[in-house]
Amino acid sequence: MSWVGSAVPRVEDPALLSGKGRFVDDLQVPNMLHAAVVRSPYAHARVRGIDKGAALALPGVHAVLTYEDLPEPFRESRLLLLVPNPAIRYPVTYYTLAKDEVCFAGEAVAFVIADDRYIAEDAAELVDIDYEPLPMASDCRAALAPGAAVAHADRPDNIAADFPIAYGDIDAAFAGAAHVFTESIFAHRGGGHAIECRGIVAAHDPVGDNMTLWVNTQSPHMLRDVYAKMMGVSESRIRVIAPADVGGGFGPKGMYYQEHFCAAAAARLLGRPVKWIEDRRENFLSTYQERDQHWDVEVAVDAEGRLRGVRGSLIHDAGAYLPWGIITPFISATTVPGPYVLPAYHMNLTVVFTNKVATTPVRGAGRPQAAFVMERLMDRIARELDLDPVEVRRRNFIQPEQMPYSVGLVFRDGSPVVYDSGDYPACQEKAIALADYESFRERQAEARQAGRYIGIGLGSYVEGTGLGPFEGVSVKVEMSGKVAVQTGAAPQGQGHQTMLAQIVADQLGVKPEDIAVTPGDTGGVGIGIGTFASRITANAGPSAQLAATGVREKLVRAAAHLLEAAEADLDVADGRVFIKGVPDHGKTFAEIATFANGMPGFSLPGGVTPGLDETAYFTPERSTYANGAHVVEVEVDIETGAVTILRYSTAHDCGAMINPKMVDGQVLGGVAHGVGNALFEWMRYDDDAQPQTVSFGEYLIPMATDVPRVDQVHIQTPTPLNPLGVKGAGEGGTIPAIAAIAAAVEDALSPFGVHITQTPVTPPYILERLDAAKRTESLG
Amino acid sequence: MGERRDITLTVNGASVSRDVEVRWTLVDFLRHELELTGTHVGCEHGVCGACTVLIDGRSARSCLMLAVQADGHEVTTVEGLSPAEGLSPLQQAFVDNHGLQCGYCTPGILCTLTEFLETNPDPSEEEIRIALSGNLCRCTGYQGIVDAALAYARSNKGSAE
Ligand code: FES
Ligand code: FES
Repeated sequence: MSWVGSAVPRVEDPALLSGKGRFVDDLQVPNMLHAAVVRSPYAHARVRGIDKGAALALPGVHAVLTYEDLPEPFRESRLLLLVPNPAIRYPVTYYTLAKDEVCFAGEAVAFVIADDRYIAEDAAELVDIDYEPLPMASDCRAALAPGAAVAHADRPDNIAADFPIAYGDIDAAFAGAAHVFTESIFAHRGGGHAIECRGIVAAHDPVGDNMTLWVNTQSPHMLRDVYAKMMGVSESRIRVIAPADVGGGFGPKGMYYQEHFCAAAAARLLGRPVKWIEDRRENFLSTYQERDQHWDVEVAVDAEGRLRGVRGSLIHDAGAYLPWGIITPFISATTVPGPYVLPAYHMNLTVVFTNKVATTPVRGAGRPQAAFVMERLMDRIARELDLDPVEVRRRNFIQPEQMPYSVGLVFRDGSPVVYDSGDYPACQEKAIALADYESFRERQAEARQAGRYIGIGLGSYVEGTGLGPFEGVSVKVEMSGKVAVQTGAAPQGQGHQTMLAQIVADQLGVKPEDIAVTPGDTGGVGIGIGTFASRITANAGPSAQLAATGVREKLVRAAAHLLEAAEADLDVADGRVFIKGVPDHGKTFAEIATFANGMPGFSLPGGVTPGLDETAYFTPERSTYANGAHVVEVEVDIETGAVTILRYSTAHDCGAMINPKMVDGQVLGGVAHGVGNALFEWMRYDDDAQPQTVSFGEYLIPMATDVPRVDQVHIQTPTPLNPLGVKGAGEGGTIPAIAAIAAAVEDALSPFGVHITQTPVTPPYILERLDAAKRTESLG
Repeated sequence: MGERRDITLTVNGASVSRDVEVRWTLVDFLRHELELTGTHVGCEHGVCGACTVLIDGRSARSCLMLAVQADGHEVTTVEGLSPAEGLSPLQQAFVDNHGLQCGYCTPGILCTLTEFLETNPDPSEEEIRIALSGNLCRCTGYQGIVDAALAYARSNKGSAE
């Protein structure tokens, strides 16, 4: 039987269920000290002086580090900008600790190290910083106005980047259009809000000058490489270990942060391990978010509602720094065409500095906003031309026979955006069948009779997943006979260990639970990229297969010598290699590994390679595109503006599935995140750029009573781009959720003519829209 | 160094006496002093439920309680809900129903459900969701958790009849 494709129980679960998880804050390193961060209370200020005296006088305090105390070259080097882009006018990122200007409330200014966290926090309060408040940029649109306060004191304006993303003849598309419709859309997304906050333990060994960092990061190799560059030391002196258990990532843990370098610097300076664990308030202040996008768009269609072109502008709130460059708005703008044939497209992007924490990708990475925009346009076309929303989409979908389909866009690596495979019309048909869409208007009419407002909404999407360049896996049969797998890929709950174990198990004829998978350690696999962009299954998966196939060949070759048999006559199963049909005549993995690991003075026979291990780096030629369709039914309470999701149906195509149960789980979790974005989550700042939602009481993430049961169906269109045929599954649940939920709310309120152009669709927003609609009505 | 006090309490069935700082939260005491790291911290302001433990059998937020307040009481953490070998039936139901991904919320959820399912052995899905509404999970969308609770209740009912 094959392990790949079956819903095997996760190897991760037993430890996590019995309190034996190993999260970063569970680590106790001997002699360890604890850190707390002193953060700017101002959104924008000059730092005139820092008095550490009182803090240092507190018993149990070991050091208070500020910019001045950091070692060179740390002090002067800003954190590296991960993905440079020529469109960026001012490629500015953080200093490890603020130099003389703080640019958002929450920026780290000092790092206090003490015997325990309680003392460190006491001392942090005693650090006396003299700030000179400066004018600040808060709203990203207001920040573009002439004469607006600047987010960085030495800049002439707040434009971080300003460039178009376009293809086709947009003027002709609009000149010949039967209809043109315009929308102004505000798309807000908050943060990742993994339940485990960020954290690090840094330990420096002064003898070998080796630094070990345990960090709950999605990208251990990236952190190592950045640290090496900033410190000017060899990568081999640094080991970054993402603990086996990381409590959720969702994007923000993919980046490096000020505190990572502070902790490393402190461990080096003090000669003792240092732990820093973020608290939830700090998470709201300093962990990267997605936040605000303002879209002004126009769509041109022919008389039948077929797309001719989309054009407009996108203003994106970058925050104060660009640690990940301008990747989020870039992805947003390139996602708009989605699953539709769109002959011409022109979007002007303006990325704006504000005095807020930086924005970087959160689950979906700018795509939910893009899907919201495109699907709003689809619904608008349907309404204006009096067509069913399903029908408008049917008329515009890229057809399966058009695959591979070149969209016309150029992706961020300069390659053309080419959808490799997928059947978008079929996906929508499956979703509407699952949702019983055909009978909905009847149900809706009945509900209205009873004074209830229910509505239905659709959302389709295409997502670039599995982007390269690679993610390595090494597989080894040890002399103990056990199978060990190491990968640079770092999981945060996705089940990478199980997924890789399934793939290796198939090749080596052992059970997944007999394979020990160690992820996320730069000491295990030399180079790596990281867990984001739904890329691990499509990158590490094929690497695991390649490496395991290589080990299998080595096993068979060595066994052939031991058994004096031809390789073709051998079989591998149950941890043994044996003569086909004669299972008793064979050797165990332990025996073969012992042989292949050699004996002093005895040469290996020809063809037998030393050891039974293999490392592989599968390199996909380009991204593979997953897709899906969601259908949502909601009820809106017109008195309170509350939205209840009654039914949620998804059709999802992520190619071949290694573990269907884990794929279901990814979609479910993704939908829940989308529900939060659609209805609740709003990271609010006031006019002084002071964050207003800094607890889970103020910033609402969905509870068990908010998230509906989700009915799922899968289509499996294997991608030709990797040998497993897999695509990414981590973000598809989130991407169309906002669009579909917003459409359902609008549909429920159609008797009032309410038009939804904002996310989140909060109760106050709904009531305000109802009021506005009623006012228009009474005027009309 | 803050004021200290001696406390004696029962943790997972064993009596524990310690000299603690009066300002220590119960969760910090459990995690850092007793090294029971199964109980997690997600917010420290009483909303996420990751720190949920059982105090005298009732679920409680160990981030909102001081260690000294647990003096004389009986505390059960996820470690105490786990058999020496293998998994409890409720834990197994989580494996079978994919009730966890990152597992960070899971210990708190197990504590909440342990109390809930004792008092409500035959709950509806809605009742389970309401019981879980004090435990945030960012990964699973809750469905696997709800299904695990339902499956556990159903199998208990089966064995009781
Ligand atoms: S940590 Fe106690 S409720 Fe969140
Ligand atoms: S499983 Fe990750 S928070 Fe619940």
